[in-house]
Amino acid sequence: MSATVWSVAVAAGSFRRYATYRIATVAGVFTNTVFGFIVAYTYIALWDARPHLGGYDQAQALTFVWTAQALLAASALMAGGGIDELQERIRSGDIAVDLYRPADLQLWWLAADLGRAALQLIGRGVAPMAVGALVFPLALPSDPLTWGWFLLSVTLGVVVSFALRYLVALASFWLLDGSGLALISGLACMFFSGMVLPLRVFPGDFGALAQLLPWAGILQVPADVLVGARSGATLASGLLFQAAWGVALLALGRLVQTAATRKVVVHGG
Amino acid sequence: MSGAAAAEQLIEVDGVEKVFSVRRKAGRLRRVRHEVRAVDGITFQVPRGEMVGYIGPNGAGKSTTIKMLTGILVPSGGRLRVAGIDPARERTRLARRIGVVFGQRTTLWWDLPLKDSYELVRRMYRVPDAVYRANLDRCIELLDLGPLLSVPVRQLSLGQRMRGDIAAALLHDPEVLYLDEPTIGLDVISKAKVRAFLREVNAERGTTVLLTTHDLTDIEQLCRRVMVIDHGHLVYDGGLDGLRAAGDGERTLVVDLERELPPIEGVPGARTVKVEGPRQWLAFPAAQSAAPLVAAVAERYPLVDLSVREPDIEDVIATLYAGGRVPEGRAAADPA
Repeated sequence: MSATVWSVAVAAGSFRRYATYRIATVAGVFTNTVFGFIVAYTYIALWDARPHLGGYDQAQALTFVWTAQALLAASALMAGGGIDELQERIRSGDIAVDLYRPADLQLWWLAADLGRAALQLIGRGVAPMAVGALVFPLALPSDPLTWGWFLLSVTLGVVVSFALRYLVALASFWLLDGSGLALISGLACMFFSGMVLPLRVFPGDFGALAQLLPWAGILQVPADVLVGARSGATLASGLLFQAAWGVALLALGRLVQTAATRKVVVHGG
Repeated sequence: MSGAAAAEQLIEVDGVEKVFSVRRKAGRLRRVRHEVRAVDGITFQVPRGEMVGYIGPNGAGKSTTIKMLTGILVPSGGRLRVAGIDPARERTRLARRIGVVFGQRTTLWWDLPLKDSYELVRRMYRVPDAVYRANLDRCIELLDLGPLLSVPVRQLSLGQRMRGDIAAALLHDPEVLYLDEPTIGLDVISKAKVRAFLREVNAERGTTVLLTTHDLTDIEQLCRRVMVIDHGHLVYDGGLDGLRAAGDGERTLVVDLERELPPIEGVPGARTVKVEGPRQWLAFPAAQSAAPLVAAVAERYPLVDLSVREPDIEDVIATLYAGGRVPEGRAAADPA
């Protein structure tokens, strides 16, 4: 399969691209760590007042905090993740160059995003998590298999995150300026992924609904896998939930992409 | 082309048009749709191995034509084939057989060394190792890319990046190369390098080249055939010499007199078009000999120096753009 061959090359290239920005990575690690401390102390206060909030004990809650910081860049929890680059290419018309390639646009950008996420998981994820584990009592699994499921869940989460960001970027084919939409989608992701508070903490129908939305697949599910809130059947259902959203959103992205290229193709751009 | 019988028409464009529908404000809420005919029924063929210049003022329809030829735009009418393929229907299949270079855009990976982009091209176009190696070596040699291969693209100068982009477009042995202003913004030396390379590729490889440019020196040095498009119409298609003749066909005699004098008069066949201090410009028909003119001026005026200027291709083009068409130009649809 030639698509596999070039996709791997695109992912590897993207990995190396992000690897060139070492100072940015160091700055990002610093920011993530500082925020990790702020949120961790907030959670400690919260869980002291309400132990077992959302079914987590304090160690699990703190693990949730540091998982969120570790995935912040890789899973693009707040925004970014290179999709602004695609937006800019659409806006400036450079997208035409991408269309001249014998390669599918969505697959190209998905490969690039996975390469980026891999670098940012290593470069910006490992260090804050290590600092968090040294300073706070975290509930990290000792079983390597759980770490394996966690990594799979993170990967699926990145796919869901990409699929959503790709849709936002494609909107630039119709909007003159897509930055407003990008901001809204970033805020939605920050809240509904569980980054502000784990979604299980929210009561009633709202909490239930929040856990069904695609953003839950980006952080809530992987974090639950890591802290041991999902295992066995709930682990399987969590991964299926992520995969289903991933497939559905990628399919939707493909439809929009067809419409977008037709718009360019028929109406010029 | 010699052996015209065997020359396959690689690009066939037959009555192709492209109409954009544009909505324009007409009052507070009303929008009026109106049509813009970016390309209005153009017809031409390019045989395999030819290098053709495609020129026209901004907004004439050049880029629209190229976008249709590469399958990014669907024509509103007419028939279009590149290497036997309908571009809009099979864009991806065609993409493997063509190369595209935009002077103002890049296909290279901005943050990575040049060679990384080439590796990706190799994988994406499934270029066999031996072919890739040979093509890359040739590009490195002819475009002086050796020292640049490990430099991140963002650190390259415009001329270096352009050479890098041209090489990237040729690694997969495309049959057709579309160049959209490949020398824009380049210095004289970089321009010369790019031109020499394109000439070489065309001569050695037989790569068909369609060259869009505003730099007429590109055309003069590279193309024997030139097509001029304006307002979506092909206003000229023929040899470069024919294009010169298609203009007003006037040459200019520039004379330097001893001192400032009123405009020269009474020289048969010539008229004074410009006076600047002691220097005067006389226009005369290109077919006429300059010798009697010089004699006539020297006889009656204190002549210090003189020179004769051939009709400038830029002037011819300017006349074409202004006039919209050249009658005998269209007849020259079959380039010798």
